[in-house]
Amino acid sequence: MPNTQQLEDFVTQVRRDIVRQVHKVNSGHPGGSLGCAEFFTVLYQVVMDRKEKFDMDGKDEDLFFLSNGHISPVFYSVLARSGYFPIEELNTFRLINSRLQGHPTTHEGLPGIRMASGSLGQGMSVAIGAAQTKKLNGDKHLVYSLHGDGELQEGQNWEAIMYAAGNKVDNLIATVDWNDQQIDGCTDDVLPMGDLGVKFEAFGWDVVHIKDGNNLTQVIEGLQEAKSRTGKGKPVAVMMKTVMGNGVDFMMHTHAWHGVAPNDEQLAKALEQNPETLGDY
Amino acid sequence: MKKYIDTGKKDTRSGFGAGLTELGKKNENVVALCADLTGSLKMDDFKKNHPERFFQVGIAEANMIGMAAGMTIGGKIPFTGTFANFSTGRVYDQIRQSVAYSGKNVKICASHAGLTLGEDGATHQILEDIGLMKMLPGMTVINTCDYNQTKAATIAIADHEGPVYLRFGRPKVANFTPEDQDFKIGKAVLLQEGSDVTIIATGHLVWEALQAAEQLATRGLKAEVINIHTIKPLDQEAILRSVKKTGCVVTAEEHNFLGGLGESVSRTLTQHHPAPQELVATQDTFGESGTPEQLMEKYGLNAGAILNAVERVIQRK
Repeated sequence: MPNTQQLEDFVTQVRRDIVRQVHKVNSGHPGGSLGCAEFFTVLYQVVMDRKEKFDMDGKDEDLFFLSNGHISPVFYSVLARSGYFPIEELNTFRLINSRLQGHPTTHEGLPGIRMASGSLGQGMSVAIGAAQTKKLNGDKHLVYSLHGDGELQEGQNWEAIMYAAGNKVDNLIATVDWNDQQIDGCTDDVLPMGDLGVKFEAFGWDVVHIKDGNNLTQVIEGLQEAKSRTGKGKPVAVMMKTVMGNGVDFMMHTHAWHGVAPNDEQLAKALEQNPETLGDY
Repeated sequence: MKKYIDTGKKDTRSGFGAGLTELGKKNENVVALCADLTGSLKMDDFKKNHPERFFQVGIAEANMIGMAAGMTIGGKIPFTGTFANFSTGRVYDQIRQSVAYSGKNVKICASHAGLTLGEDGATHQILEDIGLMKMLPGMTVINTCDYNQTKAATIAIADHEGPVYLRFGRPKVANFTPEDQDFKIGKAVLLQEGSDVTIIATGHLVWEALQAAEQLATRGLKAEVINIHTIKPLDQEAILRSVKKTGCVVTAEEHNFLGGLGESVSRTLTQHHPAPQELVATQDTFGESGTPEQLMEKYGLNAGAILNAVERVIQRK
């Protein structure tokens, strides 16, 4: 396992990758991506048991599904820096003929991606299906998924949440990126969802809380705790509070940077706050 | 003229159930998901024989499609079962993103398609599903004509890598195709040879087309009858070969004339061999309650309607 300094360096580099990707094509979603840099880093560098070579079936390894596909910049950065494809390919984000589509897809054969996402609310069902297949195959590995809090407004999630508890899908760890923001504003202003943790508990899930999802230690401890609760008859949900735009001061605590790219000056400022650590692509 | 015998009326959905039962025995990767319609889809045997491979999802079709897509990861071959309406329109985006775009090996099996669902009425009688499904890149679309063919198709699609939409129905209809048929996806079946008109039919309308051909024979007209069980990919070669010989075509389907088999045939002819065509199909309308026979009569989807269409199309030659 990498030490704390190595993980911090990884996160800083991921933040640079995120803002550079969206800046280059003047499109994409930096806010939610930045908020989840620690989560992805911990998942791929610390928590998941994964094979070096990617194959679609993913037998005998942990799987991850990103449901809120618009935060593709953080996913691509962490996948590349975890060895799934060359980091230079981050240069092709959202360009024509690229494997790095605006929203992640299997269609162009990008290693690390097992399901298209972008149209929201579908990832929980997919993760449950993959988890059921793991059980049928006698594969003890786990399935992880990530969901935006705003995304939980999609009804399909609640079909899936009900199913997973009712059918004891206890090899699944679904994390909610709880940043209280969505495109049109604060979730409380757009469609208040109340206490998401209480809702998951009421639906029969075991719920773990991460108070600060932008604190590496807390994310590691939270996900390890979640892991320890698998196999006990309940699906596990992680309520992870994050700050949208984390690590770039002018992007933090607002929905304004949900789907807006920085200009040249803003990029320079963002990069200044996140000095190069592992080497830019 | 070949004689086709109805060996006893059976529902196509039971053909699906029988096929699934057989698949359960021979392919351990086949899993089945159902949204609270196990009996209606005739999935009871599979459920009884393989409870560990049967997934009751409740009245939650979107979750069912997403789960099926996820289950393919690790090598399972999921068969989802519900009514055609809830298999397509209700879950179009789930199929589009999680199944078709993601290229997942899911078999979407849809019963109670079309008007012949009968008394339940238009909320349940989808006449747009073929169009919806054939527009999805990579989706194979199959609409079988009788019990034996539905059983054979169910077994065949398990060996086909990629998403499939398999459409069948509720009523008991003539069972006339061979029990031991070799079902080939994308391959038209020539049922009658003729030189005056080509009748291209799919699903429940295939038997009606054969009845129409018999009546035409009594008037001295030789109709070629083709069963198109696979609407996508379409066997264009078989269609063109026939229409080049007969010079005109009637298509027949239990579906809206927009988006169905008829339109696929029209496109083929327009591109390669323009010829007069009449479409036996519903005319951009919803259905209603009634017995299957009453509905097929009222909406012009039976042998009589095919005969009228043949008369019209021959005049246009």
